[in-house]
Amino acid sequence: MDKEMDKAIYKKIDKEIDKEVGSAKLLLEDGSVFFGKLFGARKIVSGEVIFNTGMIGYPESLTDPSYQGQIVVFTYPLIGNYGVPFPVRENNLLKYFESEKIQVKALVVTEYSENYYHWNTEQSLSEWLKENQIPALSGIDTRKLTKILREKGSMLGKIITHIPNDEKKITEFQDPNNTNNNNLVPEVSVKEPIVYEKGKKRIILVDCGVKNSILQAFLRRDITVIRVPWDYDFLSEKADGILISNGPGDPRKCELTINNIRRAMAKNIPILGICLGCQLLGLAAGAETYKLKYGHRGQNQPCLEVGTNRCYITTQNHGYSIDSNTLKEDWREWFFNVNDQTNEGIIHISRPFFGAQFHPEASPGPDDTEFIFNMFLRVIS
Amino acid sequence: MIRKRKKFKKVLILGSGAIKIGEAGEFDYCGSQAIKALKEEKIQVILVNPNIATVQTSEDMADKVYLLPVNDYFVEKIIEKERPDGILLGFGGQTALNVGIELFKKGIFQKYEVNVLGTSVEAIRDTEDRKLFSKRLQEINLEIPKSNAVTSVKEALDTAKELGYPVMCRIAYALGGLGSGIAYNSSQLKSIAEKAFAYTEQILIEECLSGWKEIEYEIVRDSYDNCIAVCSMENVDPMGIHTGESIVVAPVQTISASENFKLRSYAIKLIRHLGIVGECNIQFALDPNSEDYRVIEVNARLSRSSALASKATGYPLAFIAAKLALGYGLIELKNIITRTTSACFEPALDYIVLKYPRWDLEKFKKVNTNIGSEMKSVGEVMAIGRSFEEVLQKAIRMLDIGMYGLVGNKVEFEDLEKELKSPTDKKMFAIARAIEGGYSLAEIYRLSGVNPWFLHKIKNIITTKEKLEQLSCSELSPSLLQEAKKQGFSDNQIALLTGSDELTIRRKRKELGIIPYVKQIDTLAAEYPAKTNYLYLTYHGQEDDLTFQEKNQVIVLGGGPYRVGSSVEFDWCCVNAVKTLKKLNYSTIMINYNPETVSTDYDICDKLYFEELTLERILDIYEKERPLGIIISMGGQIPNNLALRFSQANIKVLGTDPLNIDTAEDRHKFSSLLDKLQIDQPAWEELTSIEEAEKFAEQVGYPVLIRPSYILSGAAMSIALNKRELTKYLKKASNVSKDYPVVVSKFIVNGKEIEVDAVAKNGKLICYAISEHIENAGVHSGDATIVLPPQRTYLETLRKIKIVTRKIAQSLQISGPFNIQFIAKDNKIKVIECNLRSSRSFPFVSKVVKLNFIDLATRIIMGEEVPENNYSFFDLNFVGVKAPQFSFSRLKGSDPVLGVEMVSTGEVACLGDDFNEAFLKSLISVGFRLPKKNILLSTGPLESKVEFLESTRILKQMNYKFYATRGTANFMKENGIEAEVLYWPSEEREPNVITYLVNRKIDLVINIPKNTETVELDNDYIIRRKAVDFNIPLITNITFAKRFVEALSEVKLEDLKVESWDYYKV
Repeated sequence: MDKEMDKAIYKKIDKEIDKEVGSAKLLLEDGSVFFGKLFGARKIVSGEVIFNTGMIGYPESLTDPSYQGQIVVFTYPLIGNYGVPFPVRENNLLKYFESEKIQVKALVVTEYSENYYHWNTEQSLSEWLKENQIPALSGIDTRKLTKILREKGSMLGKIITHIPNDEKKITEFQDPNNTNNNNLVPEVSVKEPIVYEKGKKRIILVDCGVKNSILQAFLRRDITVIRVPWDYDFLSEKADGILISNGPGDPRKCELTINNIRRAMAKNIPILGICLGCQLLGLAAGAETYKLKYGHRGQNQPCLEVGTNRCYITTQNHGYSIDSNTLKEDWREWFFNVNDQTNEGIIHISRPFFGAQFHPEASPGPDDTEFIFNMFLRVIS
Repeated sequence: MIRKRKKFKKVLILGSGAIKIGEAGEFDYCGSQAIKALKEEKIQVILVNPNIATVQTSEDMADKVYLLPVNDYFVEKIIEKERPDGILLGFGGQTALNVGIELFKKGIFQKYEVNVLGTSVEAIRDTEDRKLFSKRLQEINLEIPKSNAVTSVKEALDTAKELGYPVMCRIAYALGGLGSGIAYNSSQLKSIAEKAFAYTEQILIEECLSGWKEIEYEIVRDSYDNCIAVCSMENVDPMGIHTGESIVVAPVQTISASENFKLRSYAIKLIRHLGIVGECNIQFALDPNSEDYRVIEVNARLSRSSALASKATGYPLAFIAAKLALGYGLIELKNIITRTTSACFEPALDYIVLKYPRWDLEKFKKVNTNIGSEMKSVGEVMAIGRSFEEVLQKAIRMLDIGMYGLVGNKVEFEDLEKELKSPTDKKMFAIARAIEGGYSLAEIYRLSGVNPWFLHKIKNIITTKEKLEQLSCSELSPSLLQEAKKQGFSDNQIALLTGSDELTIRRKRKELGIIPYVKQIDTLAAEYPAKTNYLYLTYHGQEDDLTFQEKNQVIVLGGGPYRVGSSVEFDWCCVNAVKTLKKLNYSTIMINYNPETVSTDYDICDKLYFEELTLERILDIYEKERPLGIIISMGGQIPNNLALRFSQANIKVLGTDPLNIDTAEDRHKFSSLLDKLQIDQPAWEELTSIEEAEKFAEQVGYPVLIRPSYILSGAAMSIALNKRELTKYLKKASNVSKDYPVVVSKFIVNGKEIEVDAVAKNGKLICYAISEHIENAGVHSGDATIVLPPQRTYLETLRKIKIVTRKIAQSLQISGPFNIQFIAKDNKIKVIECNLRSSRSFPFVSKVVKLNFIDLATRIIMGEEVPENNYSFFDLNFVGVKAPQFSFSRLKGSDPVLGVEMVSTGEVACLGDDFNEAFLKSLISVGFRLPKKNILLSTGPLESKVEFLESTRILKQMNYKFYATRGTANFMKENGIEAEVLYWPSEEREPNVITYLVNRKIDLVINIPKNTETVELDNDYIIRRKAVDFNIPLITNITFAKRFVEALSEVKLEDLKVESWDYYKV
């Protein structure tokens, strides 16, 4: 088969699709173009294109604040099957969602299922995306796209849903991590402290973009949670422990938080870091972080607990990692990823500080590592 | 860290025996993987499996193979002889598990110091015994269906009353849900329970969860307590329909993350609690209207689902399970696909798979065609794609039942509502019809219980079909064509709907650049590069994962779904062909789509395309791969039927010329050839009307054999003894016409059937084996008991057969495998069939004479020089007997009688010093029990009564007690043999045959039907059926009965030698 002719013919089809109402494209930094069908909002956006290999749980994933600034590609081809759940609340937090709104910049899938069915469904994924002003593309070869991201690393991309009046707008790629030296965390953190009253034990939750499920994990265990902004001087609050949450972007941008953690460590207050929180804990402890080529995003990441034969299947969503070679004395690697040997958690050898790079609260994902919450509880009691 | 593992020297693996409904080729795949895993550890592997057609019993697999029954008697003998230090029970299905439990109970493992590797027998018992299982679940607060294990019919009725009807009736130690069923009232329950107690001492009455979602997980656990859920699966058909009867998708589609991970969590909790080490399958029922659930069952062994999950995810469950059984931890093992990442992970799929069961119900007389809680399907197919529509339509074509996809064929239903409510094997087509007919999806959901998400997807296909129907080929827009292809429409289907033809559509779409792309299955959704070429094609793509650089490639086409007539034998042929190609340094490509096979193990070949065996798809692959050519003679009739079209499409067919294949396949051409060669054949005529048929039959004389053209397993064949039967048959097969002519041929009464399996090169016979049927002509060759070398065939006949075989090979210029069936009578032979491909009996003859016919054939096909084999098989020092396995007990209502239509689902073969020994071993292997005392005789027409008289005398001398129906008893009395008369079922008087069968007072039933083709519900039928329902050995063929009595009188159970395959030296 003549490949050039093939391409020419394919372009012909592109044109036809282009003419159709509701078509849109994804442009990548490296020049790749993907044509698809628009099923979300008609809006031009730019962001970091990353892929997630989870096969289920799009309402949870899309509302995960760690995806702030990212165009998410689902490798699983059928999305939208069970619609979007009713907004039920528990402890005044949305159930089945990880925050109040969709956090991703845009969504890219192979096949969007327009028809959906589930007992717990309020609307379709498309309706929900439109409501949240999030563009979404279907009909994309997400495997091809994923392979590009795997080979070349996560890169910037743009979703073009229409020709805007100002054509310049669509020519610039915006790196969410570098734009105006932007820190993404403030965008997803609470602005003022919120107290979730439960039992006697109290923890400070440093909200760098916390997932509801992390909060719920403590509230369900009858712990009172004081949720504070990322840059809040939490040492003024009285608490039994400190939880540093997950969140988006480069951990090194959260200097304020890192400084606060250092001060807390000096006071020997128990600290648990999750995901970004783990990286911040590492930075506070003097270790270094680096950006992974294309990150870990999925629900099947195997993490071995160092010194044991126990391997846990974890949910992950991170683009940066602690370089375990830079861990200071008194710190140990706690977990590592069995697939690529990268760090997945750190622990202090004698003091109550530890962090997990993965998500013990899962959601969506396996609950293998929920024991970490119980460990933390034991430390604070 | 990692503990030191105990080293095992010799491990015994139990196979699953013959292919039967509920236990098919998946266990060949599992066992083969286990052998591979053990051999890597330099462990000596002993295998017990009488299924000679399997890959696992091949010479290059286990160190020693016992082609002996997998039962406690023989396995104990083997243990005693071999003294293994370990045994694997989880790789041979329910058969192996049950034998393991039995041996454990008897203390055999303890006595001979055999370690049960992997899951302990105690844990297995916890999963198998429903009462224990409930208890174990309650201990960790998991929900189970409200139920009660009962030991009598009365208890069953009492429990049902408490729970309220309908209730589910389950049998402990079941295999494929045998005997399970929903009872809507007490009389139904009574009948189910009575039958069940014939097999087991305990049954379970439970709340009925019909309509709930059925969700399954494959869980793996190692001895370090690491636990992973390798695959989630959702049944498209709701609870109430056995998972083996359900269309199944992976991963789950309609449940939320919260539901999915809750169930996963319960599954892991339970598996840890039970202490399973290795692999297991767990089934849940999930309320479609809440997160309420029930644990349905755990299979603490490899299963059909695990084979499916292995193929669906690329995660080699059986291989890993075997390693874990040896004490390995998951983290010590690598992901075989990526070869860099760990085996301790849960595969992420970036595609969807769909399994569709293959039924063969129309082959069975009187069978109930409803599907439900008992398994009736004989095989399955799996389609891989990137949308539900795509995989559904692919899968339907893969079934090879003549359907072009979900739509395109004319399928009509008399009562659609009933069809939806009480589904049959045509359920999916009924749903499609209902959508076309304007039923609302809500209504279809209410009636069928199929989740509306699936129904919406089905509706998408219907909508596209309706769009296509409006257009001609030239009016087709590229986007509609693209859409149709994405929904799995074949070119042929589109052609039918747009009034065009397949190749025109193909040309058009290729011009538009609408082509499928090749994608890899890599277990990690492209997160890491895959080193393995496990492939499928999809229209939801824009690039190929491969670059197609390889040269020197050869494609081997597989056999498609297992079904009556085409089973594991062809898989063995395919695998062996690939092995030989590799030895010859060719790069190999396998195309097949049956998840139960070894040929679809991506380890077997260089590239595996898990794809359709259609001209369209093979062309797609052929055009991309540009191989040297394609081998079509290994996979049975599906590839063979495509021969001519391949050559028309310029596909290079290796081996015998497709034109010659066509000459053998086309009845007219073949007949003329035989005439030309002066080879005799039964008189026949192809006729297009009833009148012509009657005229022909009068001319040649009754009985006549009636059949359609292009056959494999004799579907819809029948024998007519007289004009009345002929007319009746032809009227039933109403579409006798110019387009659907019927072939009527002279049927030779009391002829002997003889088969030749052979290999030729450029028309020259290179090797051959002649086998003889025990049963006279009239029993399909697939159902016949076959012996090699022939025992009772004249030398003169054999010589003639050899001459004719040479002539045919020469004239058709055969290069490769072929098989000819002869009928011999009075030293005259006639050719009744000839296939220029490997046949069902190739593994049998290859393994008995220890000459791999497929290896030779493949070398010839590739143009290698091979020596002519002048060896005479009459010099064999032993005898091989191949016996059929029937699955009548699963097929409620079916008449367990043999005829010209094949009805067996599998086969075994055993070796012995003489015929009798091999014969009895093979019978025991297919579940036959030698009678202890009481034999029921009902020997049919006078001539068979007379024929059996001598045998009756022999049995009498052996002190058997006879029961007989009146006619037979009178005849016996006249000849001086006493028999207790039992009344016919219809007489409703005691002592009645039925009462004796139900109370299991009879050890063997010999019932010779008066006319093999009678379909009326009659007494004979009821006797046969009851015998099957109550698991009493049954013989219905007179020749077979005589040989059985002979064998019984000559050989005792203790005389059956326990020797491995290599003991029998050629």
